Amino acid sequence: MSHLPVLPVLILLLTAPVCLIINRVNVAWLMTVLASILALVCAWQILGQVLSSGPLTYALDGWEAPFGIEYRIDLLSAWMLFIISLLGSLVALFARQSIAYEIEPSRQVYFYVAYLLCFGALMGVVSSGDIFHIFVMLEISALSSYTLIAMGRNKLALWASFQYLILGTVGATFILIGIGLIYAMTGTLNIADIAERLETVEQSRTVITAFVFMTLGTLLKLALFPLHLWLPNAYTYAPSVASAFLAATATKVALYLFIRFTYTVFGADFLPMSIILVALGITAAVVGSLIAISQTNLKRLFAYSSVAQIGYLVLGLGMANQTGLTSTLIHTFNHALMKGALFLSLGAVVYRLGDSTFKEFFGLGQRMPLTMAAITIACASLLGLPGTAGFISKWYLVSAAIENDWWLLAGVILMSSLATAVYVWRVIDAGYFQPAVNTQRSEAPIVMLAPMLLLAFANIYFGLETSFTLMVVDGITSSLLGGGQ
Amino acid sequence: MPDQLAYWLIIGLMMIGLYIVIAHANLIKKIIGLSIMQISVFMLYIGIAYVEGGAIPIIDANTILYSNPIPHVLILTAIVVGIATVALAMALIIRINEAFGTIEEDELAAGAGEQ
Repeated sequence: MSHLPVLPVLILLLTAPVCLIINRVNVAWLMTVLASILALVCAWQILGQVLSSGPLTYALDGWEAPFGIEYRIDLLSAWMLFIISLLGSLVALFARQSIAYEIEPSRQVYFYVAYLLCFGALMGVVSSGDIFHIFVMLEISALSSYTLIAMGRNKLALWASFQYLILGTVGATFILIGIGLIYAMTGTLNIADIAERLETVEQSRTVITAFVFMTLGTLLKLALFPLHLWLPNAYTYAPSVASAFLAATATKVALYLFIRFTYTVFGADFLPMSIILVALGITAAVVGSLIAISQTNLKRLFAYSSVAQIGYLVLGLGMANQTGLTSTLIHTFNHALMKGALFLSLGAVVYRLGDSTFKEFFGLGQRMPLTMAAITIACASLLGLPGTAGFISKWYLVSAAIENDWWLLAGVILMSSLATAVYVWRVIDAGYFQPAVNTQRSEAPIVMLAPMLLLAFANIYFGLETSFTLMVVDGITSSLLGGGQ
Repeated sequence: MPDQLAYWLIIGLMMIGLYIVIAHANLIKKIIGLSIMQISVFMLYIGIAYVEGGAIPIIDANTILYSNPIPHVLILTAIVVGIATVALAMALIIRINEAFGTIEEDELAAGAGEQ
């Protein structure tokens, strides 16, 4: 039996205590980077194997499913593993100087430990085929992300972290209730088993209650409007590195759970969810973009933009057709690329200029030309300009709306893009067309620039060369929709 | 009805916990509410595991009917998760008290608004 499926999770989770014991900042950073890259290599191997020979399974400790905990990596899981580990590695590479600047020396090692735990646990959530194991991993990642957020420089970070803790724990408890009710109905915790047995007991009130609790719990974790209240503060006050990591991966994992529960466990047409998701998704997209326009702190601006983008992700699911699902899955990857690039760039700006309000951005095109270029590309992608990754996801989203003959909705999606254009333009305008107080060039150091520019480049690359993403995503949609019928 | 009584009580407890989380401004009380809510879920699991007339799940030649041990095991794990959450929340409250000088939500929100 090959141990490959469990390796990414194990490497990351085991490196964390080692970092804690060694207790040297530079060693901790180096080990974080090495572990992340190893995890990325494993995830890449897994993706290759799943693409060529179907889902991988791994029985933890040799206990065969459904009695033991099983890691079951199908194409969707492999795709998520790849996204998380790609972003996690780049953010880890970027982290050293940003962390040294933003976090006081005595706490820096703890940051890396919490980062590794969060990273490893997120990988665990997407690998696992056992519903209770998913809950435990989700809580490990959530607890470590509260820690990451609380380490921000501003004391409001503590308050943001506490609010997230309350809402996150309520969400997790809801998921736990759902798992309990499902166990009561089916007598198993293995996802494949549950899906099989639920077909025979469907439409009992207990199953519907379980579904509602699990949906609410995951939507709270996903921060779908109007359950998004924890997100803007958390992303604004967290250390820049943590914002970048959480924005790019944590919400994606919540989305993964939602897709997994809806499509694999309960079956795609379980409840008339479509209209609810469309309504919430489009409201999130419009309201998030409108609130983003009036922000003065760029981290908060892009946090609200995340709320809007989560709206697009959910909207794609709500379309309930293959094109919509495709748009969601592509956008999961593309949004991770955009938000990764943006929050890392903001981290570089904070590192050089001390803060990330519009004041720092005046004349940024002269002071930090490469950083500003990365921001511009990521913003273009956020807006969905042709030639960027964002265009592909928006194209599929609008096509999905038109496929359903929802012309009005397609119009509203385009209108919300207009709101996006307004706040994106404010950023570009501040960077290139406002006079700088100080025009001295102070570009970010190379270790920060490299991951940032790589992500910005990826935004263009995956906007022009779509065959890889489309091939993977087509495989996922056909297996999800095929399994649901 | 009587065999569902336990579930009604558990749901009641759950709602009490959730109500405390929402209604109370004091952060410690919020955490108490959160704990009550979590504990009600633990009891839900124990309720699910109950088998009428079932014995303790230790294999014995004379018994045929056992209560289900798996929810008990799951709940042990969930209790650990709950403790970790409460511990982290308490640590955060201490830091919040040091930084803001209060642990009342409305005063914190007012303080946050001034910045």
